[in-house]
Amino acid sequence: MKRAAFGHIGFPILLLLPQLVIIAIFFYWPAAYAVQSSFYAQDMFGFTSTFVGAENYTRLIDSTNYLNALNFTVIFTVLVTFFSLGIALLLAVKADKVIRGAKTYRTLLMWVYAIAPPVAGLIGVMLFDQSRGNITQLLAFFGYEYRLGVNYWDTATAMITVSVWKQIPVNFIFFLSGLQAIPQSVREAAMIDNRSGTSRFWDITFPLLAPTGFFLLIINITYSLFDTFGIIDTIVKGEPGNNPLTLVYRVYVDGFRGGDLGGSSAQSVVLMVLVLILTIVQFRFLERRIHYT
Amino acid sequence: MADITETRVTTATTTRTRKRIRWDHVADHAILIAGALLMLVPVYMVFATSSWDAITVHREGMQFGFSDQLGTNYDAALFEYGGFTDAVNGVTMLANSLILGLGFAIGKIVVGMMAAYAIVYFRLKFATLAFWMIFTTLLLPLEVRILPSYEIITSITVFGLYENGMGNSYAGLIIPLIASATATFFFRQFFLSVPEELIEAARIDGAGPVKFFIDILVPLSRTMIAAMFIIMFVFGWNQYLWPTLITTDESLFTLVRGIRQIVQSYADGSETPDYGQAAALAIIAMTPPVLIVVFFQSWFVKGLTESDK
Repeated sequence: MKRAAFGHIGFPILLLLPQLVIIAIFFYWPAAYAVQSSFYAQDMFGFTSTFVGAENYTRLIDSTNYLNALNFTVIFTVLVTFFSLGIALLLAVKADKVIRGAKTYRTLLMWVYAIAPPVAGLIGVMLFDQSRGNITQLLAFFGYEYRLGVNYWDTATAMITVSVWKQIPVNFIFFLSGLQAIPQSVREAAMIDNRSGTSRFWDITFPLLAPTGFFLLIINITYSLFDTFGIIDTIVKGEPGNNPLTLVYRVYVDGFRGGDLGGSSAQSVVLMVLVLILTIVQFRFLERRIHYT
Repeated sequence: MADITETRVTTATTTRTRKRIRWDHVADHAILIAGALLMLVPVYMVFATSSWDAITVHREGMQFGFSDQLGTNYDAALFEYGGFTDAVNGVTMLANSLILGLGFAIGKIVVGMMAAYAIVYFRLKFATLAFWMIFTTLLLPLEVRILPSYEIITSITVFGLYENGMGNSYAGLIIPLIASATATFFFRQFFLSVPEELIEAARIDGAGPVKFFIDILVPLSRTMIAAMFIIMFVFGWNQYLWPTLITTDESLFTLVRGIRQIVQSYADGSETPDYGQAAALAIIAMTPPVLIVVFFQSWFVKGLTESDK
């Protein structure tokens, strides 16, 4: 709040009203409804609901399907985060280094950001298709029979590959602006003290990039959990079957396909708690975030 | 970079050092070119494929070369009515995507700026509470609360305006997406960084809250508004899950929603899906956001990297 702030009362409330009304109706109400539904069991047609306590939650813990999805989500998140951060960091360091064509490289490496996840998924489907995918044909040439949608880990590979591809640009942009924020004086001092590019990177650049890296870590975990929905839905062609599924996709499948409002809501609540934990970690850290200005 | 190194070596070794450095550069460029190709080639293949007839693609997969069906495929993707009810073609979907992208971006910015202005520039007792209430919405993506949101939106009736709930309406499509307050948070950060002296001077000159906002604050925020607009437009355009659930009426389909139809026809496998047309539609769906991101790059990068602070 500003020192010389206006003292009106009615006007600011009027200004806040649209935002508050929207979040009340479209955020707090659904969130509360999710928490409430997670303690009830509905019949098939949604006419009656009975209070069942924590039964929806205990059912989750006992469900092999859910635990499989949980396992897969962890593996998926770790791999997508690791590869998209690693590749983006390598590219950002190189793009920061070259003088000629730096802007062109930046454009070429970031434009995929604008492609919608399902479109990326469609490209993945066409490349990895079981009978006519170009990558499938390439693998067949090396003697590996790749079967999308049939073999569990083959499907997972396609999902992870497309998700990484789609996420590289965001990480690249953040790493590059993090690198460009390192003062010239620091760079020059490092140059004088340290001839080797590799050790310069690990001793100077990497620690200075750590805050950006940590922020991106959270961003990437969130991306892997939620924003990959479109990619996964496209790659499994809307047919979950026995394909690998992430937790968010299961919320959708159980809720809309299975008609299990209670179970789906319980899963929603579990995810909400997970995101809250992530955010708390992020903010505790962000307060100590280093800025070089 | 090179000059510093070179000043430190004797003339005898200069040639060797220069050579090493040049190889260094070649390696850097090789890595960057490989990265650029990784980003470009899949999309180039989609574009090339969009010029082929369905049969060839069905037999051989995506193509690298170009054929003669380009015009035909784009014409079909844009103007041929498809789907289950024949109520939608590419142009309709394009219009819907535009409405969603623009509605989402404008709605978010207007609502966000108003709320941020109220929180930062007024002595409100509950400003902190309001801020935290708004801020909490950043934590939970729509995907998490998707089913309850769907149930509520489809059953809600606003003063008799929507008799059968807000499903299959632009309002039901756009407003729930605005509920996460990224823009509010962002503009609050920005307003806080505006010097105190401005409002003090404006108060001394007798400017009221409305005048101050319109004459001083909005012009100051121009770049930020532009950056926000670009990010939000792309984000809105690319929405998938919510439009998929909330619009069952095909005349409201967006392009990204239309992609799902294509994939479904893939899954059915009953007839040869029209791959060329599908590729054409994918290209149409990605072109506007890609152009915006490429042309307004500096704003876009600014908006993206500033918003996390």
